[in-house]
Amino acid sequence: MSAELVIDVRGLTKDFGPKRVVDHFDIAVPKGAIYGFLGPNGSGKTTTIRMLCGLLTPDAGEGTCLGFDVLKQADQIKERVGYMTQKFSYYEDLSIRENLDFVARMYGLDRRRERVDRALADLGLADRSRQLAGSLSGGWKQRLALAACLLHEPQLLLLDEPTAGVDPKARRDFWDEIRRLSALGVTVLVSTHYMDEAVQCDFITYIAYGKKLIDGPSGKIPEMVGLETWRVSGPDLAVLAERLAREPGVEQVARFGTVLHVSGTDKAALAATVERLKAEGTHQWSLQVAGLEEAFIYLMAGARDNFAPGTQARIAS
Amino acid sequence: MMGFSFRRFGAVLYKEFIQMRRDRITFGMMIGLPIIQLFLFGFAINSDPRNLPTLVEVNDNGPLTRAVIAGMQNSSYFDFKGAVEGAGGGEEALRRGDANFVVVIPRDFERNVMRGDRPEVLVAADASDPSATGGAVAALSGIVTVAISETLSGPLANAPGGAAPFSMVVHREYNPEGRTSTNIVPGLLAIILSMTMVMITAIAIVKETERGTMEMLIATPVKPLEVMLGKILPYVFVGYVQTIVFLLAARLVFGVPFEGSVWAFYLGFNLFVVVNLALGFLISTAASSQMQAMQLSFFTILPSILLSGFMFPFAGMPGWAQAIGQAVPATHFLRIVRKVMLKGGDVSDVTGELWALAAILLVISVIAMLRYRQTLD
Repeated sequence: MSAELVIDVRGLTKDFGPKRVVDHFDIAVPKGAIYGFLGPNGSGKTTTIRMLCGLLTPDAGEGTCLGFDVLKQADQIKERVGYMTQKFSYYEDLSIRENLDFVARMYGLDRRRERVDRALADLGLADRSRQLAGSLSGGWKQRLALAACLLHEPQLLLLDEPTAGVDPKARRDFWDEIRRLSALGVTVLVSTHYMDEAVQCDFITYIAYGKKLIDGPSGKIPEMVGLETWRVSGPDLAVLAERLAREPGVEQVARFGTVLHVSGTDKAALAATVERLKAEGTHQWSLQVAGLEEAFIYLMAGARDNFAPGTQARIAS
Repeated sequence: MMGFSFRRFGAVLYKEFIQMRRDRITFGMMIGLPIIQLFLFGFAINSDPRNLPTLVEVNDNGPLTRAVIAGMQNSSYFDFKGAVEGAGGGEEALRRGDANFVVVIPRDFERNVMRGDRPEVLVAADASDPSATGGAVAALSGIVTVAISETLSGPLANAPGGAAPFSMVVHREYNPEGRTSTNIVPGLLAIILSMTMVMITAIAIVKETERGTMEMLIATPVKPLEVMLGKILPYVFVGYVQTIVFLLAARLVFGVPFEGSVWAFYLGFNLFVVVNLALGFLISTAASSQMQAMQLSFFTILPSILLSGFMFPFAGMPGWAQAIGQAVPATHFLRIVRKVMLKGGDVSDVTGELWALAAILLVISVIAMLRYRQTLD
């Protein structure tokens, strides 16, 4: 095992019945990194995370998580990984303190009371510790879940869509906490649907239908996607967007406030279309560097390979 | 691989008790419902009903007729509501449900008896519910014979044909008064235990999966065995409480005796509880929601009531049904309870039933374990 890599797996594969949910997935996560895990619903993100933390045994593949074999040493991995499930998975009919205390016992932690007290204080729930977890709002449940999976001070955090259904303020606070942990050397693998969260990650991997489509440092993703983007401003953008979607070379039209971002991977075809429209003189056109946003809209909508091949360009707003 | 951790097991157990205490309705169901059922069914069910409404069509007014009617009335099975005229009236009353019986005393009944012509007394019974009228019908011929022989005295005493060449003596062993509650109450223990143990175990386990907490649990170092035992043991405790309450009520309220060996009962009871928990566990591996767990549990409860010999005599079922009944744990526990409580049995009397329960346990556990391994992945 490399000292740098916290997760280093190759060829992870999992079948549920006849369906291949994860297909030869490789990932190498360096220590202390925030690794974003993106992909549409049902793409195999949750299954991959479950395999990494020892909840599921891969059907094929090899590799290590925190230096332990993902196939054979699930027990050791479980002790050192903090896993936050997509759905709130603590006991709604137990109080906040009882939940934390239960988790601490599961990990056989010493100084249990002290740890639970500290976690409650960090959460800011010390005076509400007797409240039932089920009566907490979504944001508080999420904070409780994070506190619970941090109790045993894991070196690796696996977060499965941790901010789904949480308000923006709570999401920001949550990410502040993730970055603070990352600075302390905790490695974080987080799956998300939100673009603003994806851009906060150091690395990004994109998975669709069990296959990895792209993987790299977040700054290099647009380049890797190979998208060229033109920015258009002017009147009647909605009409223009409709029209653009049918033009050759245009694969994606995304609206950002009062401008359209028109993107495509075939640079020549796109440039030809733009030249033609520019000549009409109704709108202002400028070539710009494709950002993560365009890349993600492209990837997120990238079901072109899977859903219906050969569909026309999409309009995102 | 690390071994079993008593600390984690204890934590699951403690958590389960807290949840049980907070879930007032389920808790009430576990303790209150059995008591209510015991009292309700213990008092309500009567397999030998008395005071059945009866009508009489009298075509002969002699003292013999009055003696027969008085004898029937005194048996307490029949309650004479009045007289009907002609054949049609009686039929109509039976059909409407106004009467369970219509007794037709033929014309010249007394005279024909004296002559030794063996006249026929017709008793039309509503047999659409055989168990309602069965007891009364069985008692009928004895009642009439006695009534007639008491009325005919002196030289006519032997007129109806004389005494039978032999006499039958029936001893009602283990339940001399033939009380239904003596039969029902110990049986109810088997039914209520299988109901609560199977259903509550299944639901308690499925609840973890349904609410998503199982995923959190198996992401921690806790072992499946620690979770299972920690979750199941509280319900064993509930089973103990139910049984103690039950035995006390059976003794104090219904006067059901406990003749046999406490040790034999204890052995059978524990084995039965474990079988039920295993069955509940098996159901939980098949059900994906609490609703499904509930429905599947119900499937196991009906055979426990209908095929175990609780409601209907086991020996009266066809062979294939008896075979199914043998596979129902309640069948064997029911026999153990009746043998021990009513017949004064000890361990050697119930060995066969204990082995049967052990065999059922083995089969259920093997299937459950195989299934559980699959559901983890």
